[in-house]
Amino acid sequence: MSTDLLDIRQITGHRLARKFSIWRLLSLLVATLVLVPIGVVLWSLLTPSSDIWEHLVVNVLPGVLNNTFWLVLGVGTGTALLGVSLAWLTGVCEFPGQRFFAWSLLLPLALPAYVMAFVAVGLLDFTGPVQTALRSWFGSVWFPPIRSRGGVILVMTLALYPYVYLIARNAFLTQGKRALEAAQSLGCSRRRAFFRVALPLARPWIVAGVALVIMETLADFGTVSVFNYDTFTTAIYKAWFSLFSLPAALQLASVLILIVFAAIVLEQQTRTRIRYTQTGRPSPQHDRIILQGWSRWAATLYCALILTVAFIIPVGQLLLWAAQVYAQDLDARYWGFLWHSLLLAGGTALTASAVALIIAYAGRRHRDIAMRATNRLATLGYALPGPVLAVGVYAPVAWFDNLIIDGTRHYLHIEIGQVLGGTLLVMLLAYLARFLAVGYNPIDSHMQRITTSVDDAAHIFGVRGFAMLRRVHLPMLKGGLLTAVTLVFVDVMKEMPITLMTRPFGWDTLAIRIFEMTAEGEWQRAALPAVALVLAGLIPILLLTRNGDH
Amino acid sequence: MAIINMSMLLELKNVTQTYGAQPVVQDLSLALEEGVIACLLGPSGCGKTTVLRCIAGFEDIHTGEIRLSGSIVSLPGYCLPPERRRISMVFQDYALFPHLTVAGNIRFGLDQLAPAERTRRVEELLEIVGLPGTAGRYPHELSGGQQQRVALARALAPRPRLMLLDEPFSNLDIDLRERLGIEVRELLKREGITALVVTHDQREAFAMADAIGIMHQGYIQQWGTPYDIYHRPVNRFVADFVGQGTLLPGKVLNAHQVQIELGVFEGDFSAPPGAMVDVLIRPDDIVHDDDSPCLATILHKTFRGAEILYTLALANGTRLLSSVPSHHDHPLGERLGIRVDIPHVVAFARK
Repeated sequence: MSTDLLDIRQITGHRLARKFSIWRLLSLLVATLVLVPIGVVLWSLLTPSSDIWEHLVVNVLPGVLNNTFWLVLGVGTGTALLGVSLAWLTGVCEFPGQRFFAWSLLLPLALPAYVMAFVAVGLLDFTGPVQTALRSWFGSVWFPPIRSRGGVILVMTLALYPYVYLIARNAFLTQGKRALEAAQSLGCSRRRAFFRVALPLARPWIVAGVALVIMETLADFGTVSVFNYDTFTTAIYKAWFSLFSLPAALQLASVLILIVFAAIVLEQQTRTRIRYTQTGRPSPQHDRIILQGWSRWAATLYCALILTVAFIIPVGQLLLWAAQVYAQDLDARYWGFLWHSLLLAGGTALTASAVALIIAYAGRRHRDIAMRATNRLATLGYALPGPVLAVGVYAPVAWFDNLIIDGTRHYLHIEIGQVLGGTLLVMLLAYLARFLAVGYNPIDSHMQRITTSVDDAAHIFGVRGFAMLRRVHLPMLKGGLLTAVTLVFVDVMKEMPITLMTRPFGWDTLAIRIFEMTAEGEWQRAALPAVALVLAGLIPILLLTRNGDH
Repeated sequence: MAIINMSMLLELKNVTQTYGAQPVVQDLSLALEEGVIACLLGPSGCGKTTVLRCIAGFEDIHTGEIRLSGSIVSLPGYCLPPERRRISMVFQDYALFPHLTVAGNIRFGLDQLAPAERTRRVEELLEIVGLPGTAGRYPHELSGGQQQRVALARALAPRPRLMLLDEPFSNLDIDLRERLGIEVRELLKREGITALVVTHDQREAFAMADAIGIMHQGYIQQWGTPYDIYHRPVNRFVADFVGQGTLLPGKVLNAHQVQIELGVFEGDFSAPPGAMVDVLIRPDDIVHDDDSPCLATILHKTFRGAEILYTLALANGTRLLSSVPSHHDHPLGERLGIRVDIPHVVAFARK
């Protein structure tokens, strides 16, 4: 029988094909994009050049570490208190306006923290309208300085609490009222039941939310720049662009990356715990604790206050400023900034979503530890602060450029300039590394909802590989892809440090314009670009609240 | 078992498949003639779906071989890709493509045909499975039973030489299961398709299969006709898994006779004369007979529609199950005359 005499090469060839598939290779390639910057940055930690390190240890690190510590502690505590209390009220209790506040308290997510920062400084600074008015009424009055540690913490808390709010609210909604009733039937008062049952049950979610906030705080560049509050991100920027010392920037980045890793470990650990404590279904509207007497209106007042301070006042002030300046600022340059922002955000959104689709499919094809690890690494970039990625991507590119420049000079006797450095490619790679996870998560979660038998059904008819992705998965993933493109788009629109540090000459975006105007204290002139960012930022919130409906 | 024979459509010979260190399928052999509908029946986790996936080419095998129409398709280290085996599969969750219409789903496997031919075949198939006029509908607009038929039509479309069905009716209502089972059997027979069905539901297996293999812990315990599986189980597992029944203590008299409380019965016994054995009595072996001198007390009864299942106690306390037409309705505690009607009894060695 001819088929009995199977070619041995065919057999071994088949085995090899299973082990090394194109999908593994692609996904490894994507992971490299994140691993190279991390590697470069960590390498500089292992090879400190002593004089730079000494300068940093004496002059930079103590202040930066101190500032970072208080900022993380303050914003972490503040967002936890604000987020959990608001989540409890809108998630479990019933009071006037509860339904409205449930979604509107997410609105501050649309404001980049640095926008809220410059509005706060513009409003509350010595020369701002609030203090000016107070002085004209009461003469000289003492006013807490907004440009202070307390000021940064306050602004970042107001900008970032929605992360904790969103996650904690989900926790309270899914744990339902049953656990509380059980506690009450055992003799707990409602107040004690909250502290003894509801809060401990929701703890993994709350910790995960706070961990996210901490990562955002560590990654923040724009807000602390507005306040001139030196943290790692601004120190990296200054080391590179004021001291012109890439090694110093790398050294600082390496310390920051270690702190970030600690936050990642915290977040990942709680994430696995969430999986085991998730119980119950959302409690229906009639199953809520109805607040009585003065506490009803206290709850309404509290929610209204936060919404006003964190969203209504900043947006109102922005619109006011924008109205004052738009006649002169809405010129060709503004359209240029907008065009650059849209182009970069759109390009990155499409690229990141396509790449995310490929690695999500790779993860589906090969369900083993190696593949999971590769994809985990590939999506680690979301935790890396922009300045770290900027130096981490730029350093190897600069090294490669120097190699080519030296090579051509030596062998061809021709002087050439940078080949890759200062091109769009560098910036796009850094964007991709940073925002891949943003696109990956919705695509992957949609992908996991497609049963594997669908793949088998297509496979049995000979449809596989890219053809299966195109004919079967892509049409089924439309919703996830749309979410991915939108989220990446908005994140790139708001991105500041990577753009600032790696953009080619002339590629100024709306965020860069805001950075430049706020650096000069021209708050009004930063308002017009900020309005565009806020409008873009509203899109994902609409998506989020619409999804929350079903 | 499994003598390699050129007329067999599907042959598995000593196939083993392991998942990690744990064997899922062990030393499994079976052979299907063309046109036969066979069924692997077993509790969940017995490895039956893995057998199907090995035959389809989704899984490698670690020992043995799989042949289709005599040619090897799987060996350890070699696995002909599924699309080149000319087989098709109906999945437990149907695995219909939700973004394609009914016609789009059925057409999916017909790429090699000319467009006009494709459309003709789709219409023909919808006629065969009894869903004419649904070509433009989407899967989510159809009922579970209709989706099932679309999945069947899609699997039939490329005229496979073997069709594999993985728990094909488990997502349907119990009433619908048996009816569809019979319908699908008729359809497959009409089209002359050889099929292997995997299920944990014996009624489904009985409704569909010419031959049934009982699987447990990776092994095929027994391979036979539905009648043999039910009335001549080869071991306690098969006796227990298929149908209901009681085991009564008995004593082997000789190679063909066994003595139990209800009398002496015929069978084939390997145990030596005098050995104590357990004799299998099915509920339908015990017939209600008012003239019988043998009386049993009714302890419990379950009304099942067409029949009543009585739990009876003999004089010495031994319990029996008896299935009686439901017109024979007797109160608890009454003493019922019974007669045993078994042409051939099965006995297992005492544990």
